[in-house]
Amino acid sequence: MSVALSLTVNGKAERAEIDPRTLLVEFIRNDLGLTGTHVGCDTGQCGACTVLIDGNAVKACTILAVQAEAAKVTTIEGLASNGEMHPMQAAFKECHGLQCGFCTPGMVMSAIDLVQRHPNADEKTIRAELEGNLCRCTGYQNIVKAVAQAAAAMRR
Amino acid sequence: MGANDLNTIGQSVRRKEDYRFLIGAGQYTDDVNPPHHTHGYFLRSPHAHAKIRKIDASKAKAAPGVVGIYTGADLTGVNGLPCGWLITGTDGQPMKEPPHPVLAQGKVRYVGDGIALVIAETPDQAKDAAELIDVDYEVLPAVVNPVDALKSGAPQIHDGAPGNKCYTWALGDKAAVDAAFAKAAHVTKLDIVNNRLIPNAIEPRAAVASYSRADDGYTLYVTSQNPHVERLLMTAFVLGLPETKVRVIAPDVGGGFGSKIYLYPEETAMVWASKRVNRPIKWTAERSESFLSDAHGRDHVTHAELALDKDGKFLAMRVHTTAAMGAYLSTFASCIPTILYATLLAGQYTTPAIYCEVTAVFTNTAPVDAYRGAGRPEATYVVERLVHAAAAEMGIAQDEIRRRNFIRKFPYQTPVALLYDTGGYDACLDEAMKMADVRGFAARKAEAAKRGKLRGLGYSSYIEACGIAPSNIAGALGARAGLYEVGEVRVNPTGGVTVFTGSHSHGQGHETTFSQVVASRLGIPIENVEIVHGDTGRIPFGMGTYGSRSLAVGGTAIIKALDKVVAKGKKIAAHLLEAAEADIEFKDGKFSVAGTDRSKAFGEVALAAYVPHNYPLDKLEPGLDETAFYDPTNFTFPAGTHICEVEVDPETGVVQIVDFSACDDFGNIINPMIVEGQVHGGLAQGIGQALLECCVYDQETGQLLTGSYMDYAMPRAAHLPSFKVATKVTPCTHNPLGAKGCGEAGAIGAPAALMNAVHDALSSAGVKYIDMPATPHRVWNAIQAAKH
Repeated sequence: MSVALSLTVNGKAERAEIDPRTLLVEFIRNDLGLTGTHVGCDTGQCGACTVLIDGNAVKACTILAVQAEAAKVTTIEGLASNGEMHPMQAAFKECHGLQCGFCTPGMVMSAIDLVQRHPNADEKTIRAELEGNLCRCTGYQNIVKAVAQAAAAMRR
Repeated sequence: MGANDLNTIGQSVRRKEDYRFLIGAGQYTDDVNPPHHTHGYFLRSPHAHAKIRKIDASKAKAAPGVVGIYTGADLTGVNGLPCGWLITGTDGQPMKEPPHPVLAQGKVRYVGDGIALVIAETPDQAKDAAELIDVDYEVLPAVVNPVDALKSGAPQIHDGAPGNKCYTWALGDKAAVDAAFAKAAHVTKLDIVNNRLIPNAIEPRAAVASYSRADDGYTLYVTSQNPHVERLLMTAFVLGLPETKVRVIAPDVGGGFGSKIYLYPEETAMVWASKRVNRPIKWTAERSESFLSDAHGRDHVTHAELALDKDGKFLAMRVHTTAAMGAYLSTFASCIPTILYATLLAGQYTTPAIYCEVTAVFTNTAPVDAYRGAGRPEATYVVERLVHAAAAEMGIAQDEIRRRNFIRKFPYQTPVALLYDTGGYDACLDEAMKMADVRGFAARKAEAAKRGKLRGLGYSSYIEACGIAPSNIAGALGARAGLYEVGEVRVNPTGGVTVFTGSHSHGQGHETTFSQVVASRLGIPIENVEIVHGDTGRIPFGMGTYGSRSLAVGGTAIIKALDKVVAKGKKIAAHLLEAAEADIEFKDGKFSVAGTDRSKAFGEVALAAYVPHNYPLDKLEPGLDETAFYDPTNFTFPAGTHICEVEVDPETGVVQIVDFSACDDFGNIINPMIVEGQVHGGLAQGIGQALLECCVYDQETGQLLTGSYMDYAMPRAAHLPSFKVATKVTPCTHNPLGAKGCGEAGAIGAPAALMNAVHDALSSAGVKYIDMPATPHRVWNAIQAAKH
């Protein structure tokens, strides 16, 4: 049995016939070949799979693809425009906010959502708001720095 | 841009690899999808210890989409997984090496032990089919604690290891230690548990194995820190395949921390099976599988004693450790609690006599092997907890007792086999004390006390042996491999440089650091350098990345290859400039005749090497491509002092880190930004061990109780402070970069600093001893117990 799915991913209309139990992250990775969104835990704890759905950060392993029917989904591949990185991506590079890069796409998507909700977030707020994203490499310090720097850039 | 601007050594160059990671273009193993591939799933034991009476896979084989199912019985001609380090016991006997089968042979020995590889068209079909496999178990009693495993009557895990003992090994002069203890003015004694940890790289282990009928060859994509070692062990020791027929690729790897060094059963079974099903097989661990089956770290139970004279000078140290190996010997398991542990017990101090005895024990748990620091965090924890306790008992200030015992003359031969080449321990201690504002601590403590809170300050002056390792020394100590590194520098005709390194980056930023080294040496822009790693099909050979060795050993191999490139370039330039080779100098990207303005740019010489129209063909081969193997002459010895300040709420037991200051000596530094990042990450893991993380198995059933992120407490952003980090430099004396390594320092120094701070804070509440992790529950209980 399969069901029809229609949604917009990174500005492009997508239509597919999928197994109804397909998770959004599986659809993004396997059907669309957008492998920038990662799976780190399958239990909604690590946040590596975070994408934006209609502008809000959502863990793509905790939602069925069919629940994103008609939604606008943005993945890490959809952030840069004309080869120019989003301020959050640029700040992660500038501040050394990534090492192995595996948690990074989810971390960047969560951070964008964070700054949209807290444009003037201080360190304490940033650390609290990153609660849903695990990084094993950086000790978070440079991620926190990057989010603060990107927030300043996004306010401009 | 002038030529001098191309020297970026010591600059925080932003990372070359970041762009692809930030735009979602990284290529990790799970992103690899060969055409027509199948999916593997491993049926794992639900029991910690059981005999397998019978496996019936007939229903499963008939399930939809199943391509093949293999159990241990099918793996004829496949050997067990080898251990890469032979430890010889105090009885003169080799360690016990019971078989480590790729899939269970008649018995399972831990929860998660592999029983069958199920291959199907989709992951769900493979998983559904696995549920149809009927395994008839005879469940046996299990033992998970290493001390319990040694008791008489404990369940016996391997026929070939009576009493569950792998070896008892010792280092040091026992008689000298006993004599020193006999005349000591003070003896400090501690019983220490070094808690078992689960590494948890955020990328789970994964593999994609393919077989080609065209050349009877195999390609394996795998999450590995050392693809050449993986290939060597898998082909020569387990599958009996020629190395030439297996290509191992470790593409972008999402963190390792030791856990991706080893040859694991999963990818070995998949390579074997890929020929049987004649299709590629893909497997990616679910996080629950990572918890169950990745090699764990630490798990020591130790009794330690320090003898001091009346002035607080260390006279001798005596240590006995029981170290868990888990159910099977993982690739480097045996050397972690011995060679990388007992040898570090001198720390930064002149302790003249040290004796350490280690008993390694099999338990019904996942195998234990190197995890960030690997032996050295355990040693530092023993030494620095002893020093803290001794100072507290004798009423000597924590900095003062360290100063009274610091090594200040180098080279220094320790009583536990290592020869420290250089160091400057006072400088790091002084700087860390400034950073931590130790002078203001008494006032902060008094202020906290007014609020009913307990403040504590903890020091950890750690040392590590890195730059692993001189092959001859390692070989004499039991290593079954060399520990050199390989670098190839290929200058292309148009002057761009491709560097092939046996080191592997899984977050460390080699593409940037190594490019800085090469570009600076050759006087070319960093963009003209490409670093290639992680592919046995492209790189001559390599021992990989662990033990903070990449720059000190792998970087030096590249330097040696660069030296050869420059030497050959001088010959070519001498010909082009019609000068004597001895008169040619190479500087800032130019070959010049000394004392003249005549020169050839590096690119011109490269072009001449590949278009040898005007070239000394009678004396010199064309081309400019050089390879070097570098085997270090000694370990490197990064060291430093970490100081942690905590505030404990006695009402709740919550420990808050108020400040963490780290001053480290890593020798010369190429990229300070990357080094700081490595320290931050290491500190987070060290603090994780001390405050949050603990792997727990049920004592009766051997079930893993901390098998998910809901149960195993990983450090999250809000758990950690902003670290203050600084460096002091005493360059390593025996490699040309003067580099010592920085990857593990944080994880080595932090646990003792934090736990010493907790003990300092709790001393006023009467608490004498508390083990890691210092969770609110444990701290609160300790405070309550001290009241009664």
